[in-house]
Amino acid sequence: MSENKLTGAEIVIKALKDQGVDVIFGYPGGAVLPIYDALFKQNDLRHILVRHEQAAVHAAEGYARSTGKVGAVLVTSGPGATNAVTGLTDALMDSIPIVCLCGQVPTHLIGNDAFQEADTTGITRPCTKHNYLVKDVANLARTMHEAFYVARSGRPGPVVIDIPKDVQFAEGPYVPPTEVKHKTYRPQVKAELSRVEEAVELIANAKRPIFYTGGGVINSGPLASKLLTQFVRMTGYPCTNTLMGLGAYPASDPQFLGMLGMHGTYEANLAMHGCDVMINIGARFDDRVTGKLSEFSPGSKKIHVDIDPSSINKNVRVDIPIVGDCAHVLEDMIRIWKARQKRPDQAALKNWWGQITEWRKRDCLRYIHTDPIIKPQYALERLRELTRKHDTYITTEVGQHQMWAAQFLPFEEPNRWMTSGGLGTMGYGLPAAIGTQIAHPDSLVIDVSGEASFMMNMQEMATAVQYNLPVKILILNNQYMGMVRQWQELLHGSRYSQSYSEALPDFVKMAEAFGGVGLRATKVSEVDDVLNQMIDIRRPVIVDMCVDQKENCFPMIPGGRAHNEILLGPADQLGESMSRDSTPEEGMVLV
Amino acid sequence: MESTIEKHTISVLVDNEPGVLARVIGLFSGRGYNIESLTVAEVDAEQQVSRITIVTSGTRMIIEQIKNQLDRLVPVHRVRDLTDEGPFIERELALIKVAGTGDRRIESLRIADIFKARVVDATLNSFVFEMTGTAAQLDDFIGLMRQLGLVDVSRTGAAAISKGAASL
Repeated sequence: MSENKLTGAEIVIKALKDQGVDVIFGYPGGAVLPIYDALFKQNDLRHILVRHEQAAVHAAEGYARSTGKVGAVLVTSGPGATNAVTGLTDALMDSIPIVCLCGQVPTHLIGNDAFQEADTTGITRPCTKHNYLVKDVANLARTMHEAFYVARSGRPGPVVIDIPKDVQFAEGPYVPPTEVKHKTYRPQVKAELSRVEEAVELIANAKRPIFYTGGGVINSGPLASKLLTQFVRMTGYPCTNTLMGLGAYPASDPQFLGMLGMHGTYEANLAMHGCDVMINIGARFDDRVTGKLSEFSPGSKKIHVDIDPSSINKNVRVDIPIVGDCAHVLEDMIRIWKARQKRPDQAALKNWWGQITEWRKRDCLRYIHTDPIIKPQYALERLRELTRKHDTYITTEVGQHQMWAAQFLPFEEPNRWMTSGGLGTMGYGLPAAIGTQIAHPDSLVIDVSGEASFMMNMQEMATAVQYNLPVKILILNNQYMGMVRQWQELLHGSRYSQSYSEALPDFVKMAEAFGGVGLRATKVSEVDDVLNQMIDIRRPVIVDMCVDQKENCFPMIPGGRAHNEILLGPADQLGESMSRDSTPEEGMVLV
Repeated sequence: MESTIEKHTISVLVDNEPGVLARVIGLFSGRGYNIESLTVAEVDAEQQVSRITIVTSGTRMIIEQIKNQLDRLVPVHRVRDLTDEGPFIERELALIKVAGTGDRRIESLRIADIFKARVVDATLNSFVFEMTGTAAQLDDFIGLMRQLGLVDVSRTGAAAISKGAASL
């Protein structure tokens, strides 16, 4: 080989290392064999073999979200790439930085319907932040570095690089990351100062303010969470987090109102509805948060801080739009607040907190404890208590268990909570837990799961066993696709069409068959013991937590309703408001 | 509510790389925006930059979204709303084929002359006219030709540029 020239496959490996990648999640196949060969010949970059390409992306997402680094994925052409599409879409919706390398058939075969050929760039165009097809090895190193830059800059997201097999074999020059600058892509991180000043004035003069913060604060890095906490405490104002934003503000803080939105707390949603100034930092007015748009927080002035200008004024018209990175903007806000010696209206604030305290008294997460039947909320409360002293990371699947986990588990810091928010991908939690455990080998990583979601990617148990990853899969097993069942009960006359999980496997035996440990709890008296065992065993564990089949997740804002039409629990559920006749058509149509 | 539908002409400078047009079109179809016309061609061969002119319609909020979403695409250099940013020139070219004989043929030629459409192909029983103008002028001419034996129309969609000395 000539001086300064590497094969395409070697360029890929070198670029990954130069980008600080130490682990890549993938699955080999014909069109990526040269890259796997190059992987084999080195020891710095660790490859984690998953059992399905979707899981490779979710694992990389778990890794990225729990570390703040870019997650790396390597899959083959055709089915390898198409299997990755769900993971890529998930990462796009939740703004998770991923670089996914796909093998492709040799350039001379592209377009010929070759074996394992798919139009990967065509298929992934709408589900990535950006994608590339590298047809010339001379462009490969530059493209690799550009991809990492695009993935982590601005609003993060997944980037695909499609690399034909002949390009992996061809020799070309390597350029280090320092020599690569993107031609046009320069996201704005520093906000317009006059806008921030205007915002600070509005914040300081608020009578009924609320901070509503989202995943943007987490994506901005741990500093943003620190600054947010500092600023919220300086003002003395209440703060609520979105599902994606949990952990950005410490859950134990008295100013924290819990999560907002469809299954958010009563106090958070009513405070959003009744506030006069809403300070949205890094959230995107998602439909799960706003409920009925025309009645969303009708009396408030709204400030929206977002790094993505297209998120601003998309769903909700705001009064002060601020384009910038959360940490930068919060830093400016704090500085201006201090310089101008701002003091909020203490009398108004006292009244506002008085009102919030009244709402809190409704104790909206209350449930009716039963014995011996285990309520899912009880299981999570016990998990909360028993993991309090541990260094814990939580992932979830999607459904009721996910909402209960968001309601009942406390997140004191960012990057501890990995859940599929935007796309709502069942099967996310186990691979995400694997990626998280790889990044934090000595921590306690728990996938709070449902039996239906778990079965969507349960093959990854083999990955966990292969790499001795002590992930814990806590299945809240109610033998239903619980959230589907809940909607069918509330909106479709209790016609449980196809939502019963028939023919479930024995999860304890399944764990053992994979080489892990299986545990089961069927009554309240067994819960603590099973959870303690789960926490202590340093191997992959599946817990079959058999819970009440009919429990519903409350509070709930039914689709098409406003925040102040929130339902609190079984008592409300029986009330007039939920009878089928009074459900607006609009609500039934909404998902 | 701001529900008035506005028509806007948007100019977009993009890197002329494979798939860039697909990204723009995919954005419109994926998010349900409307395209009335779209033209694209390379305008700087050295820098490999293309200019896309999009005529679209929607509420004020949708138009803002379209611009922000376009700007978010990685290969996009600049997005300018010509309709918002002051006076601009908009032109479209059409090739219009009319078939017929006798009086109808003579009448089509006479009207073409009024509209300053050029004859670029002629046979004993047909003409192909070339016409440049605003979309409305082309609509008017094509409307008249419809009654005189119109058989085919090919239009380019609008190209647009701002008035005055400033560049995009």
